[in-house]
Amino acid sequence: MYSARLWAVRHARLLELAYRAFEPVIVKLHPLWKAMGYRRAEKPIGKLEELSKGLLFDCKMCGQCILSSTGMACSMNCPKSMRNGPCGGVLQNGNCEVYPEKRCVWVEAWEGSQEMKGGDKIQVVQLPVDHRLKGSSSWLRVAREASEQQVVKREASQ
Amino acid sequence: MSIKVGADYGLQASGTAGYSSAGRLERVLKSGHFAVTTELAPPDSANPEDVYARARVFDGYVDSMNATDGSGANCHMSSVAMCALLAREGYETVMQVSCRDRNRIAIQGDVLGGAALGINNILCLTGDGVQAGDHPEAKPVFDLDSLSLLEVVAGLRDKHVFASGRKLGDPPRVFLGAAENPFVPPFDFRPHRLAKKIAAGAQFIQTQYCFDLPRFRHFIDRSGDLGLLDKCFILPGVGPLASARTADWMRRKIPGVHIPDAIIKRLEGAVDQKAEGRNICIEMIQQLREIEGVSGIHVMAHRQESSVAEIIERSGVLGGRVPWAPSREPAFEGDYA
Repeated sequence: MYSARLWAVRHARLLELAYRAFEPVIVKLHPLWKAMGYRRAEKPIGKLEELSKGLLFDCKMCGQCILSSTGMACSMNCPKSMRNGPCGGVLQNGNCEVYPEKRCVWVEAWEGSQEMKGGDKIQVVQLPVDHRLKGSSSWLRVAREASEQQVVKREASQ
Repeated sequence: MSIKVGADYGLQASGTAGYSSAGRLERVLKSGHFAVTTELAPPDSANPEDVYARARVFDGYVDSMNATDGSGANCHMSSVAMCALLAREGYETVMQVSCRDRNRIAIQGDVLGGAALGINNILCLTGDGVQAGDHPEAKPVFDLDSLSLLEVVAGLRDKHVFASGRKLGDPPRVFLGAAENPFVPPFDFRPHRLAKKIAAGAQFIQTQYCFDLPRFRHFIDRSGDLGLLDKCFILPGVGPLASARTADWMRRKIPGVHIPDAIIKRLEGAVDQKAEGRNICIEMIQQLREIEGVSGIHVMAHRQESSVAEIIERSGVLGGRVPWAPSREPAFEGDYA
């Protein structure tokens, strides 16, 4: 929803805090996802993610979410799928060259990032999209990767 | 005697240590000369002579010509083919690569092929949206964006690997460029975006048309604050406006072009608008040259290509230097075999 998307950017700081509280929870639930099987968990959790983030951010389920690095503006809503900042075609009023009635995703992203504590992450160069991940849950990916890293760390310290 | 094609010719000409490419543009910039590049209008034909005729009008006035890649999302001869044709004659070109029409598999193939054909410079662009051109019904690809494209090409060149991580043989020895548009929002983000492009591998930057000096100065000042000015060569874009009407059309219709009202008014008030357009361009070049951090200019004179020589001559930016042109070489009299 376009209006919700704009709201999310205005409240980027709040959403950043919310996600910071939420991320450890999904990571802690790793044993549950593992018991269920990550593949089976994909269906309900992916659906939940799609619904909630779809409503708030017009999320496109790219499966490699970078909202925390883009001021809570989903960069996959850019018609050029820009992951690293605005193109050179932004209109003088800050709207998109392809959809002149809509705000440029990256104008929004910059404003959102300025509200956030970790807004500097907008300056990190993002890798190209991995199109295989489209439709999959970013949350579960974060949970699996984070817990795998914890295991590696534990083994290294032993 | 062998025909002077691409990489070998440049290597013989000036050594390789400290250079990314075998090309003259990199050498002109690194030796501190004020560089002049221009844009070559691609023909809507399959005739190589159309390419050569368009290139010849710049002979002796430009250090390199950008071959556009479906600019404005309009269909023309491809940039890789134009550059390859021109490299045969010894011309220095910048191959523009846009992410709009090809995915990472096709682009990497073209980069290797282009380098094999003698292309020394690559400009990494995202590209205009398909809605801007003559095929709005086409599928926009945008598999990469300009930043990830820079990273991928830098990976080919420096790490000798494809984006997949697979090894390649001889890497493409190219000087890497990117575009920036300091004249459209979000203004505060633009210098940071330049930093990202440099981090991703950009060695030179060509900008969108500069008609608004204060905005350009702001961009350069902020970029200087971020310590970027000695990390890349910046060539602001300039060009002659044909008339007040054209200028107004351009700023309304071409995404990313910003022309202040004052420029339009000045054109309207002139008796000969075309001549005034050139005067504005020459003054802009002279003012830009004085800005620290500006290493050259990029002249875009769409449908006014024949005026480029006069503009550069009158601006005096070459300071008596004559950029390479085929006419400077003795005529080739051997066999091509």
